[in-house]
Amino acid sequence: MATSSVSKGCFVFKPNFKKRKISVPVEDYFNKGKNESEDSKLRFETYQLIWQQMKSETERLQEELNKNLFDSLIEFLRKSYSGFQKSSRDWGCQIKLREIPTAALILDMKHFLQKLVSQLMMDCCVDEETKEGSIQVAQKKTHCSMDSLSSWYTNVTRKTDPKMPRKKRTSSSQWQSPPVVLILKDMESFTTKVLQDFIIISSQHLHEFPLILIFGIATSPIIIHRLLPHAVSSLLCIELFQSLSCKEHLTTVLDKLLLTTQFPFKLSEKVLQILTNIFLYHDFSIQNFIKGLQLSLLEHFYSQPLSVLCCNLPEAKRRINFLSDNQCENIRRLPSFRRYVEKQASEKQVALLTNERFLKEEIQSLLENLHVYHSNYFLVLRCLHQFTSSLPKYPLGRQIRELYCTCLEKNIWDSEEYVSALQLLRMLAKDELMTILQKCFKIFKSTSEKQLGSTAKRIEEFLAQFQNLDEAKEEEDTSGSLSKGLQKTDLYHLQKSLLEMKELRRTNKKQTRFEVLREKVVNFIDSLVREYLLPPETQPLHEVVYFTAGHTLREHLNAAPRIALHTALNNPYYYLKNEALKSEEGCIPNVAPDICIAYKLHLECSRLINLVDWSEAFATVVTAAEKMDADSATSEERNEIIHARFIRAVSELELLGFIKPTKQKTDHVARLTWGGC
Amino acid sequence: MPHLENMVLCREPQVSTLQALFGERHHFSFPSIFIYGHTASGKTYVTQTLLKTLELPHVFVNCVECFTSRLLLEQILNKLNHLCSSEDGCSTQVTCETFNDFVRLFKQVTKAESLKDQTVYIVLDKAEYLRDMEANLLPGFLRLQELTDRNVTVLFLSEIVWEKFRPNTGCFEPFVLYFPDYSIGNLQKILSHDHPPEYSADFYAAYINILLGVFYTVCRDLKELRYLAVLNFPKYCEPVVKGEANERDTRKLWRNIEPHLKRAMQTVYLREISSSQWEKLQKDDTDPAQLKGLSAYTHVELPYYSKFILIAAYLASYNPARTDKRFFLKHHGKIKKTNFLKKHEKTSNHLLGPKPFPLDRLLAILYSIVDSRVAPTANIFSQITSLVTLQLLTLVGHDDQLDGPKYKCTVSLDFIRAIAR
Repeated sequence: MATSSVSKGCFVFKPNFKKRKISVPVEDYFNKGKNESEDSKLRFETYQLIWQQMKSETERLQEELNKNLFDSLIEFLRKSYSGFQKSSRDWGCQIKLREIPTAALILDMKHFLQKLVSQLMMDCCVDEETKEGSIQVAQKKTHCSMDSLSSWYTNVTRKTDPKMPRKKRTSSSQWQSPPVVLILKDMESFTTKVLQDFIIISSQHLHEFPLILIFGIATSPIIIHRLLPHAVSSLLCIELFQSLSCKEHLTTVLDKLLLTTQFPFKLSEKVLQILTNIFLYHDFSIQNFIKGLQLSLLEHFYSQPLSVLCCNLPEAKRRINFLSDNQCENIRRLPSFRRYVEKQASEKQVALLTNERFLKEEIQSLLENLHVYHSNYFLVLRCLHQFTSSLPKYPLGRQIRELYCTCLEKNIWDSEEYVSALQLLRMLAKDELMTILQKCFKIFKSTSEKQLGSTAKRIEEFLAQFQNLDEAKEEEDTSGSLSKGLQKTDLYHLQKSLLEMKELRRTNKKQTRFEVLREKVVNFIDSLVREYLLPPETQPLHEVVYFTAGHTLREHLNAAPRIALHTALNNPYYYLKNEALKSEEGCIPNVAPDICIAYKLHLECSRLINLVDWSEAFATVVTAAEKMDADSATSEERNEIIHARFIRAVSELELLGFIKPTKQKTDHVARLTWGGC
Repeated sequence: MPHLENMVLCREPQVSTLQALFGERHHFSFPSIFIYGHTASGKTYVTQTLLKTLELPHVFVNCVECFTSRLLLEQILNKLNHLCSSEDGCSTQVTCETFNDFVRLFKQVTKAESLKDQTVYIVLDKAEYLRDMEANLLPGFLRLQELTDRNVTVLFLSEIVWEKFRPNTGCFEPFVLYFPDYSIGNLQKILSHDHPPEYSADFYAAYINILLGVFYTVCRDLKELRYLAVLNFPKYCEPVVKGEANERDTRKLWRNIEPHLKRAMQTVYLREISSSQWEKLQKDDTDPAQLKGLSAYTHVELPYYSKFILIAAYLASYNPARTDKRFFLKHHGKIKKTNFLKKHEKTSNHLLGPKPFPLDRLLAILYSIVDSRVAPTANIFSQITSLVTLQLLTLVGHDDQLDGPKYKCTVSLDFIRAIAR
């Protein structure tokens, strides 16, 4: 590439994009070289299908969750709009008209206004779809003021007026001269001066340019008072709307996406933990959480050939019939399947390992079992959550996601928390127990599963028994008090009998009927848990639907730039995969790139590094490698080359931010990182 | 002029001075007049009504709107054009880049018949914004009469005294006119002036009296008081409307309104709740305590590590770096008790405000206050930047951004306490 410039210098050549545009169909990326035959296309399609379903579900969810907020916002807008309309010359109105309606939402001047103008005009262009608008924009960019804005506004409203009736019918609202709604996201990051001036100006033009401001605030609404002085905030008429807390949001998303049988895809304990940890510890971002979910879904379908079967049950059954020999072999290799086979009778074992058709039939029934397992699992999980979420100190966690994590991880009944939770349950009062049971009853009743239908009945029975208890107890009480009160004895005998009674109570401590019943309920729940809340690893073929590769997810989502840089420089083999670079811990391979050698040497220094010493050490290491071909160049020349290489390595380290020149000592550099020595 | 006196209350000396300065229509007036006074002392209102009722040719420009000198000059010229061409009906947009152009164009415009032989007034409201514009603008406007050789007077309206305007290079001294604050009697008179037609003037005056009794100690802003008067009047009238008291029953009315006004002082006056919400409350007669104001929502939800970062930042901002070793190291050895604090450090660090700290120190403190191991992932670093955008931390200094950025913690101790809980 040539330049027409006479002088020397650096020139930037932008790459020619057109040449490189070779479009690869997306599904081709799913072909991982060797296992091309393993239904990669089908897997990709399944992935897309499931993701579409999940995405639409989350979108629906988010819409629903924010519905309240949106409704009240729209109500606010409509109300303030009608305030503009109501031009009754009421004496109070004139004063108040100076206030700009402002909604505060918890979630430089020239450029600001210019942007406002251009955006508004752009909107108008879209609305009208005429070419006139765009020409006007070009003209007006040179001088945009509030005046031009308001004249534009009157123009537009006048223009659209004849068109309005058509629109009116569709939207059925009476927005005759519609207010301009300006949404300011991230109010905290606006320059205060600009905001103040803007509010002052627009309050002066309010009568010809109806404006409604919506501020998006991420912290607390006090920020309004911090940003705007009283003189300015008195021009606003602020109402507050608060959106749902993001933790609640997460709970609902988890509930609707993972704790259902609607989607076949499931996360393992580790993966779920990583995703929720990133959410709770780092960003509070539902969007990122969903992205993480998408990534794990993609990764699952990409890495697991058997994920072909991760779809709804009838479809999966159909697909089993078309499984190739290779895929059958894959199934036989699954650890969970091997375990299953080992438990079978020997003839069946042989059949499973040799007969394809028999295998396929068996897989069908296994998948069906897995499906049933899941539907039972979530019911019992929710039921258990009802019990544990009301206990003091929450031994099994307050949120259902915590409970779910423990259940996924291991047999929950082996954990200490579970034991203590059961103990606490044995101390519940009657009314508490009854409300919980009623809730559980509702959960079970909502489904039509055969086995668990009987559970609902059992719970109903328990409830009835508790009800009966009330009446029975009253009778018991009256009879008990009668027998006690009637004995008349002297002091000695009284003491003796009291002692006896105490003893009696301590030894056989007769349980009341309520206590017996409570014990029964707790045991019943315990048996349910032991039967249905088995961890997924115990199920054959769980690998098909569970995504377990937590470490890949962590690598992708929780990037650690410093650690990656350290590994690259400290252990170049990790990335370069050059056998020559393989070295033992602690020693410096002399064939490593220069920067690695310099880096390793600098790790051994304290805060200030003497450049001369460093250079000498560098030279020693490097020459150790080149001793064999030392004869080719004279030693002086070689020293110069080594010196240059050292300088380059040091400046590269400086560029990476490990060292910087210091003014304390001229021939030293300062380390900017610590540790290593 | 009885008409004018009826419209402008309690500003008689100022009005007469201005009238004297303006003189007859064809007289040359003083080239520039500087009017200053506190917020809501009637500067704008007096000038505007005076110019309007006397039907003098004038241009009224608010300097807040004109953030560049070009906008300001063009607006003046356009308005002048509009003024004289009202008969012709032509309206062309003038473009005017510099003050030089302005003088030339101004001469052209004022040649028109309608503006001949009379003083043209240019009023620049919020004149303090002129100081931020080009340096030649203010001196230029001050001697516009001389520069254009036309019969023109420029009026400056400002809340700031003239001394703060005077440029270093010297300039033409304007005539300075001061509008003093309204006294309580004045306020009473002005507020009672605009009484609603349904009620008698006396009734309204009594109401204003009560209102001033409550609010005068905290607020003397006429605009604000008018706003409050309008907002709370329906409540005052309530017993009269219901028929429980008549208009003369002052004592009963007072008992009805007084607690209400006090509540208003805590909420509406501070803009904790909006006027529409307040009106709704009045209508429904619910307890205002139920409706939480803006300050009630102090709770801020932050991710787990963000909280720790913020706490670490607070510690780094308010503790001297020397003490880090003592506070955050497990085996720090013995503390020398003698002369540990230097004399100036005995004053509370909270009085001195936050000090900047480097990023490395923040991370070091973070690692020591979090129980589990924290990996320095990109997520941690991005949280620091997001805290900066939330204005909970601020970035100090602009030079060394790559090597060692420095931050300051801007949140209060109460906030940190709430977070640390």
